Amino acid sequence: MNFVDYYKLLGIDKSATTKDIKSAYRKLARKYHPDLNPNDKNAKRNFQQINEANEVLSDPVKRKKYDQYGKDWEHSEQFEKQRQSQGQQTRSNSAGFSGAQSGEDFSDFFEAMFGGATGAGRNRQIKYRGEDFNAELHLDLIDAYKTQKQTLTVNGKKIRITIPAGIENGQTIKIAGHGGPGINGGPAGDLFITFSIANHSLFKRLGDNLYASIDLDLYTSVLGGDITIDTLDGKVKLKVKPETQNGTKIKLKDKGFPVYKNEGHYGDLYITYTVKIPTNLTEQQRKLFIKLSEL
Amino acid sequence: MQAEKLVAVDIFCANHNIDISFVSSLKQIGLIEITTIEEISFIDLTQLEQLEKIVRFYYDLDINLEGIETINHLLQRIKALQDENTLLRNRLRLYEIID
Repeated sequence: MNFVDYYKLLGIDKSATTKDIKSAYRKLARKYHPDLNPNDKNAKRNFQQINEANEVLSDPVKRKKYDQYGKDWEHSEQFEKQRQSQGQQTRSNSAGFSGAQSGEDFSDFFEAMFGGATGAGRNRQIKYRGEDFNAELHLDLIDAYKTQKQTLTVNGKKIRITIPAGIENGQTIKIAGHGGPGINGGPAGDLFITFSIANHSLFKRLGDNLYASIDLDLYTSVLGGDITIDTLDGKVKLKVKPETQNGTKIKLKDKGFPVYKNEGHYGDLYITYTVKIPTNLTEQQRKLFIKLSEL
Repeated sequence: MQAEKLVAVDIFCANHNIDISFVSSLKQIGLIEITTIEEISFIDLTQLEQLEKIVRFYYDLDINLEGIETINHLLQRIKALQDENTLLRNRLRLYEIID
């Protein structure tokens, strides 16, 4: 655990007044507040750090302790015991913004010094909404094709969620009330799940439409015929027109991806034919091609 | 049923220890909408998150209403750009594998 210089974090010196601290904190809070930096993990971490610095430096008792024992914070416990034995126990009721993550230097340091979680140092005694949690869920394209239920463990609690078919890679859904607990009886925060969808299929996806390339042998492309292709909905029989050119595209209506939250509606599947020229011709085949070319 | 989706403005203000006139001024500049039923003002639940965010901007970050209005526009633009970025990244995946 490293020593954390709260003064440096707020960009102030040790002689800073309460007004200076408040001003420095607000300036940085405006820069890093999560509301102003959506989906920015670095900003969130910075905000937690300046919150912690403000929590300590704006409280005269904590600031005194930090100034006195900051660099030798290990002795702070001894300091506390001594205070307690003298019947001068002070209790920190810090329970504000619950941004600090346990296991990080900042929180460890803070807890070692003052115990408990960090607070935001707000003046209003209000009910705070809990912190929003963010999580990433990895799915395969095939999984995203059908609506499914999954059980997730969030902060030790199991929650069951329904993932609607057609969810998009990078899309975020909100699970209301499954974020951090509210403070002073405030509502819980929300859980935001961002989906990372890997595609190991033959199909490329763009929105609700799927794209695939199908090899076609020369004879079928010239003479036409029936072929069977795989779709996410099972096998489909196709009639190939005679004299089908390489690169020909066809559209299979409603054989694409499900439209998100629009049950029964699907995108289209676009097939591009790639005509494969035969290789390793037998002598007889070669002669026949020559004959054909001379016709 | 409708009442369940609304939060009385005075209850919201009491819980957040803010003046009712603050919410009224937000309505005046069009940052939130207020529904009045039998002379009681309500906020739709869908706007609660936005209103709480505005309260944090105003009271915690000392940002005035004009600043909040500007931030609101910029946040909407960020959201639109993030959505567009996601769409474009997915389109790019058609051609190459990206991290």
